[in-house]
Amino acid sequence: MDPVLLVVIIVAVLLVGGVGAFFLRSGRDHVPTIDPASTDAADRAIDSADPTSDVDVAQVDDEMAVDPEPETEPEPEPEPEPEPEPEPATFRSRLGKARSAMSGYLSSVVGRGDANAETWDELEEALVRADVGVAASMEILDAVRTRAEAEKVTDGSAIIDLVKGEMKTRLGGQDLSLAEGGDPSVWLFVGVNGVGKTTTIGKIATREVAEGRNIVLAAGDTFRAAAAEQLTMWADRSGAAIIRGGEGADPSSVIFDAVEHAAANGADVVLADTAGRLHTKTNLMNELAKVRRVAEKGAGTVTETLLVIDATTGQNGLIQAREFTQAADLTGVVLTKLDGSAKGGIVVAVQNELGIPVKLVGLGEGAHDLIPFDANEFVDALFE
Amino acid sequence: MFDTLTDRFDGIFGRIRGKGKLSPADVDETLREIRLALLEADVNFEVVKGLVARIRDRAVGDELSKALNPSQQIVKIVLEELTESLGGEAMSVTFAPKPPTIVLMAGLQGSGKTTNSAKLANLFKSQGRNPLLVGADLQRPAAVEQLRTLGAQLDVPVFSEPSDPVSVARAALDEAKRLGRDVIICDTAGRLAIDEALMEEVRQISEVLDPHYTFLVVDAMTGQDAVTVAENFHNTLALDGVILTKLDGDARGGAALSVKEVVGRPIAFASTGEKIDEFEVFYPDRLASRILGMGDIETLIEKAEAAYEEEEAEEAAQKLLEGTFTLDDFLQQMQQLKKMGPIGNLLGMMPGIPKEVRDVEIEDKQINRLEAIIRSMTIEERANPDMIDKSRRLRIANGSGMQPQDVSALVSQFKEMKKMMKQFGMAPKKPKRKGGKGKGGKRGRRGGRTTAKGPAKMANPTAVMNEGMESLQGLRLPGLPED
Repeated sequence: MDPVLLVVIIVAVLLVGGVGAFFLRSGRDHVPTIDPASTDAADRAIDSADPTSDVDVAQVDDEMAVDPEPETEPEPEPEPEPEPEPEPATFRSRLGKARSAMSGYLSSVVGRGDANAETWDELEEALVRADVGVAASMEILDAVRTRAEAEKVTDGSAIIDLVKGEMKTRLGGQDLSLAEGGDPSVWLFVGVNGVGKTTTIGKIATREVAEGRNIVLAAGDTFRAAAAEQLTMWADRSGAAIIRGGEGADPSSVIFDAVEHAAANGADVVLADTAGRLHTKTNLMNELAKVRRVAEKGAGTVTETLLVIDATTGQNGLIQAREFTQAADLTGVVLTKLDGSAKGGIVVAVQNELGIPVKLVGLGEGAHDLIPFDANEFVDALFE
Repeated sequence: MFDTLTDRFDGIFGRIRGKGKLSPADVDETLREIRLALLEADVNFEVVKGLVARIRDRAVGDELSKALNPSQQIVKIVLEELTESLGGEAMSVTFAPKPPTIVLMAGLQGSGKTTNSAKLANLFKSQGRNPLLVGADLQRPAAVEQLRTLGAQLDVPVFSEPSDPVSVARAALDEAKRLGRDVIICDTAGRLAIDEALMEEVRQISEVLDPHYTFLVVDAMTGQDAVTVAENFHNTLALDGVILTKLDGDARGGAALSVKEVVGRPIAFASTGEKIDEFEVFYPDRLASRILGMGDIETLIEKAEAAYEEEEAEEAAQKLLEGTFTLDDFLQQMQQLKKMGPIGNLLGMMPGIPKEVRDVEIEDKQINRLEAIIRSMTIEERANPDMIDKSRRLRIANGSGMQPQDVSALVSQFKEMKKMMKQFGMAPKKPKRKGGKGKGGKRGRRGGRTTAKGPAKMANPTAVMNEGMESLQGLRLPGLPED
């Protein structure tokens, strides 16, 4: 037993020290030079390999050919997102039923005329319970505390207002439109397993198609069983075109093909699905970086890379955001499943530390239950 | 991003060392760190309060102030409390005397019900049972397709029909009888715990099936809300256990602790990867270490036991410490190590590995390249790498498809490490550790040379491992970034 343990420790440390350092170093050595034996070159070779091999066009939107959009006049500036139709889902109506939890904790704060240490503890508790996280909570509360002391605010409910104000300032003021400017634009959806990437794409496709836009879905999740079928059903429902590859096909090639298809048919936006991946899997994160590179090899430009986060996610969400932005340069967050009892406070930490704004919020399973993020309502809901 | 709890405590106790006794303020500071660590691991706020109170009671008692090494002592207290809260024994599933045994899966959207239904089926199948998978998730597009694909991979039949979930469940009972299956695993649609209509639906499914086991599938990444979810599902379905998924990420899994505390039902299984067989029985004490960021030694030992022959290992350890370890031995050890699963996962289980080391992800492919280099050497070269000159180096590089500088790097680092290990083997026992550990610590350091083979399990492998790692960290690993 004992020697086993020791050998494991030692060989592993040997491997870590030796192998790890060895490959870190050799990796660095190889990057600048084009070395036929190096892995980088091999990777590049895969990149440039014909990506059309195992892809077929499953369905082509009939309206695509008669699209009146003149291709000769490409909009040079990103077109601002049209105002969304009045949606049936609103923050208030959906959140209301689940949001009585926090008020209980804050009632003593509200009632207290003179803020004391307990007030701040209770405020911190309220934020932590909403998954904002200890570090972000403390940072926000420290800022508010400084201000409260300077402005001599001592009333409990006034302090809560200050906290809300601080959070709204931090979360708000962002450009929430989904950027365009490619020909076509590519919106890439990334995230860990089970957060709702495919469903989010389905909802956005429904919305965009309803607004008369020409949308192509790329079934880049070639790993999970039946993921492409799921996206195909959304394509059928929404009337978007879909490009899919076989199960186990290279996701980069599927997305590349979708972009080519969109360019050839004058589509506006490609919504690219990717397989859920844990941010700790280096090879899968490398695959994602490659997907992003390859998506821009043809006519397309990746104008949005959206991290989909489930509102129930705890502190791990911050690590996810950090890793995903390193691999794929995030431009925003989609917060899903906010219609449950979870408050999704982790996005506060994400915005606070990484400056990645929340752009969309999922409030239900229906096609219209995806709405633009509203910092005011989100923060109010946190404190309700 | 998180320091391990041990590191934090060492910081605190470093400052107060020499004072002899812990003041109430010191204890407070320590408890604050514990609280912070637990909250960062997503343990529910209420649960943290209770835990910290219990730890405080024990810490302010004589237990802590008398300890020679208070930081070790308090970590021990915390671990014990956590393990106790997570529940003692692993849960075992017993099959109904009159088949079929019926299992119902429930949970939020995206927690992994469908995948884990298949994993459970695979587990039962490997135990000689004949499971039937039932797709009662008619809500998510293609959920039944997903289950069918997985069922086909496992060669397990899948039953579903496009009616409504309750009817599917009812028909599944007949189908199981007709096919002679002795276990039914029913996948259901993901639902929010506050969605009354859907909760009523799953209650009806449960009524029809009258399951022997109802499992709540919980994502290890879940935050504070895990408690609300578990309570609601438990009130509706009377849960028997929890399946904790996505444990292969770096989430601490504090949610599991919360769920256990609130509904009082054990965590039965843990899903540790995307592959169908990456699914195991859950051991509470292992998660306790993980929540604190202390690694998972038990699993590591178990894997090592499965992969290594004791004698071989002993011999290799001895060689290593005596400095007679050759590249050939290194090659052999790497192959053994590969049997234990992905190297990255193994590292994650080791306590006290510095963050920068853990971040160096080693893939098995990279190990293959190392192997290729060693295999391209002659027997003499492996035994005596000093003889590798320029032309030999070129030959080895060509033989393995690598660059000559890769060969040099491997050889020089191997030599450096061999030297270190030799020093390590000869190192005298540090006086500092006399008190804390007793025999375990001694064994950890001396390794293969002094071991009696008899008692296979040592009293506290965690302590041994920690100590081993501590000593190893003292050594300078070549090539690692300077802090």
